[in-house]
Amino acid sequence: MANPLSASSPRAPFCLVSSDQIEQLHRRFKQLSGDQPTIRKENFNNVPDLELNPIRSKIVRAFFDNRNLRKGSSGLADEINFEDFLTIMSYFRPIDTTMDEEQVQLCRKEKLRFLFHMYDSDSDGRITLEEYRNVVEELLSGNPHIEKESARSIADGAMMEAASVCVGQMEPDQVYEGITFDDFLKIWQGIDIETKMHVRFLNMETIALCH
Amino acid sequence: WARGLVPFGPWNWCLLLATLQCCEASSELNRSTDSSAQHELHVRFAAASSQPAETISVFTLDYDYVQIPYEVTLWILLASLAKIGFHLNRRLPGLMPESCLLILVGALVGAVIFGTDHKSPPVMDSSVYFLYLLPPIVLESGYFMPTRPFFENLGSVLWWAGLGALLNAFGIGLSLYLVCQVPAFGLGDISLLQNLLFGSLISAVDPVAVLAVFEEARVNEQLYMMIFGEALLNDGISVVLYNILIAFTKMHKYEDIEPVDILAGCARFIIVGCGGVFFGVIFGFISAFITRFTQNISAIEPLIVFMFSYLSYLVAETLYLSGILAITACAVTMKKYVEENVSQTSYTTIKYFMKMLSSISETLIFIFMGVSTIGKNHEWNWAFICFTLVFCQIWRAISVFALFYVSNQFRTFPFSIKDQCVIFYSGVRGAGSFSLAFLLPLSLFPRKKLFVTATLVVIYFTVFIQGITVGPLVRYLDVRKTNKKESINEELHTRLMDHLKAGVEDVCGQWSHYQVRDKFKKFDHKYLRKILIRKNLPKSSLVSLYKKLEMKQAIEMVESGVLSSTAFSAPHQAQRTQETKRLSPEDVQSMRDILTRNMYQVRQRTLSYNKYNLQPQTSEKQAKEILIRRRNTFRESMKKGHSLPQGKPAGTKNIRYLSFPYSNPLPAGRDMKVAEFTDHDGSDSELPPITFNTHSPTESIQERRWTPEVIPMKSLHRAGMPPHFGYGRNVSQEEHLGRSRRAILRPKPLFHAVDEEFESQEESEEEAAAFGSLLSAELRPGADGNLSHSPLLQRK
Repeated sequence: MANPLSASSPRAPFCLVSSDQIEQLHRRFKQLSGDQPTIRKENFNNVPDLELNPIRSKIVRAFFDNRNLRKGSSGLADEINFEDFLTIMSYFRPIDTTMDEEQVQLCRKEKLRFLFHMYDSDSDGRITLEEYRNVVEELLSGNPHIEKESARSIADGAMMEAASVCVGQMEPDQVYEGITFDDFLKIWQGIDIETKMHVRFLNMETIALCH
Repeated sequence: WARGLVPFGPWNWCLLLATLQCCEASSELNRSTDSSAQHELHVRFAAASSQPAETISVFTLDYDYVQIPYEVTLWILLASLAKIGFHLNRRLPGLMPESCLLILVGALVGAVIFGTDHKSPPVMDSSVYFLYLLPPIVLESGYFMPTRPFFENLGSVLWWAGLGALLNAFGIGLSLYLVCQVPAFGLGDISLLQNLLFGSLISAVDPVAVLAVFEEARVNEQLYMMIFGEALLNDGISVVLYNILIAFTKMHKYEDIEPVDILAGCARFIIVGCGGVFFGVIFGFISAFITRFTQNISAIEPLIVFMFSYLSYLVAETLYLSGILAITACAVTMKKYVEENVSQTSYTTIKYFMKMLSSISETLIFIFMGVSTIGKNHEWNWAFICFTLVFCQIWRAISVFALFYVSNQFRTFPFSIKDQCVIFYSGVRGAGSFSLAFLLPLSLFPRKKLFVTATLVVIYFTVFIQGITVGPLVRYLDVRKTNKKESINEELHTRLMDHLKAGVEDVCGQWSHYQVRDKFKKFDHKYLRKILIRKNLPKSSLVSLYKKLEMKQAIEMVESGVLSSTAFSAPHQAQRTQETKRLSPEDVQSMRDILTRNMYQVRQRTLSYNKYNLQPQTSEKQAKEILIRRRNTFRESMKKGHSLPQGKPAGTKNIRYLSFPYSNPLPAGRDMKVAEFTDHDGSDSELPPITFNTHSPTESIQERRWTPEVIPMKSLHRAGMPPHFGYGRNVSQEEHLGRSRRAILRPKPLFHAVDEEFESQEESEEEAAAFGSLLSAELRPGADGNLSHSPLLQRK
């Protein structure tokens, strides 16, 4: 299968996937989709371990998010084909040390944008307090004993912090709408996401987790 | 005031040192001059029964009786004073490892002892070392190991530490053997086995000494973990090797060593290592289980912890397994559960006691080293010693570069050449090598003195020269720094990232660390925690924290006389304004601790590990702060009376948040407290003492007012949040006051929020700090209206 992700393609994300990884992913794609050309949301139910993941819905959603698929600025696709699948996976490619600084920056920005889309569920370009709360609640949903208020407080605290980092001193009447993408970049400024947001594409046979 | 002490410090220190030395020297002088008289004195007790004493002595001197504990105590005290002096100087700890200092003190004591011709008490022999001096040191390293980075890098650490030690030991041993073959050096009588043994003991690195230097340079986590892991496992492996080789040496006939023996040796190595770990884990679980039942007798909790760890060591030693690895495994296993089970004070006690014990052990070993240095039992052989030094460096370089070259193939984020250089250069030897050399049985090693001398030379060289220059080297190489920020956002995102990664890995069917970790965590939750953690603890420590805060807040309010019992009832309009989320920094700190430790299970703050210090507890200062604040609020309320004017109706209020970016000067008081807990090793000493001038109510309130940066959350309106607070103080006054009490903060994004009452006339109480105010959820939606009761109180 021709590599649709050549650098020349305008849609190609900057972080590419190598060809043997594409082979593996193709196999996996076929497993997930049941040999169909496209995957729908329901197909993700076949991944058993994903059930236990607290942010499962967000992850699945991220796969179908038009913004991640570069098909639009909002909304969800109904189904994705292999090319889209690869597009999403390429966000998780480890940053190659051979890339130059500019490429690294671009790659980093792309990854952060992916993360941003996970928070910003209504695609308005801002992470509002509600959305933040939503995320925190989901994260803590794995622990049945933490009440909603705690989750909310933590989300609020995080928001406050973000506000202080992003906006700094504010006028008494200034209103903080939410975290924009630039603010988000600022929050992540010191943290090297390159070392965190990657999935190990180990060169071993995929352990058949999907039955 | 701190600055004033610095010039005074070294003086003071020198003075104390001098006096101590005088008294020690005099006691030794005393002792040596009447050495003959000692006999009589000694005999006096024994003879008391047999013959009547000539007279009743009014004043006698019996030095023999107390000699050993007396001198040991003096040495420890001396070392402690030296450490105090060392740390008073601001720059020294970043320049050289503390081992340097200890060695110097040891050398000093050695000089005194040598000069007064005193026979040092034979405190260190094999059994004392292995049974009493070594376990605390190892226990302390194991206990304070940051678990998450360790397990994340486990493969690399094991590969590096294990193989590195072996490679070094055999490499150095063999090379030295080849050197010994050269007849010109006069070393022909050192056999291969002896060389190998020497190699194994000289390859025991103690790089923890340089970790303190690394902290200053803030190197990245992986590098830090490599060094730490190496320190942890290296001792164990060296000792195992050492023992095996000693056993070989004892087999008198060298030629009888068959290949089968060598194979047996290898097998034994593996069994010893794994067996030790196995026993350690078992004992860890047992002690965790037992601490589950100690809630009524919390005073013995530290005892349980220490005794079980020590027991694991002893049991492993009984079976000729590796006690060091056992005690390390025990500490690592038990730490997680014990920390949840034991009371706060026990936890603190355990930490401090562990540090204390390991400090004592290490001090004693270094003193011995110093004593050995200045003495007559040396044998100097230029060839051997120089080659030892050279080979140490060469083989370390070889092992570092070779092993990391291999492991880099498997790592997602390989260690750069710079990192590897730093790892190579941090191969500082320490107390471990010296002890092993000192304890070589003279019967088997006729040239023991040579070994001891060589070891000492290597130690001095590496500690002083490498130890002092590793800091500048790290800075020069510009090693990749860590970017740890302490913020909720970071924790949040990290946690999200973990789950995201696990999820994506599940989707693409890859198998990796995260799934293993997830599986382990699930297993842990399902089975282990049920067995090992106390039943009456709420499953979420966050809930327990809330309960604690609830109580505390209630107590505070009652104490300050502001709130009556109706505060706990349903929302009351008049009470609203008293609803000051008065969550103290201490609570915030514990909240933060809980967050970091449990809920988000984020990595420990690795860079705060210091072998010689524990971070100053911020809670003591915060407690003082709370006390002051309580006093003030009480005074406040007395003056103000209890009737509070009605505020504006809820709808018009905005929830205002005063945000305090770090660049702003903060007024004294709790801001500093908040600053403290985000600081690693406090700039505590730099903070001016907190003075609360409470001349008048208004003034005092304003003093505590922060620079009013307000971020009303418009989105909260959207969510239908009842906005309650506003604020209405004039900025200028506060800014002025704030500036007058500038706190020196580390450049981290600190964040403080203050909720303030919107009463124009009413002076509201000050808010504690960030999360605290948030916890006191002003943001509760719904029927609460303007009620700003915290969820805690609400639940009541």
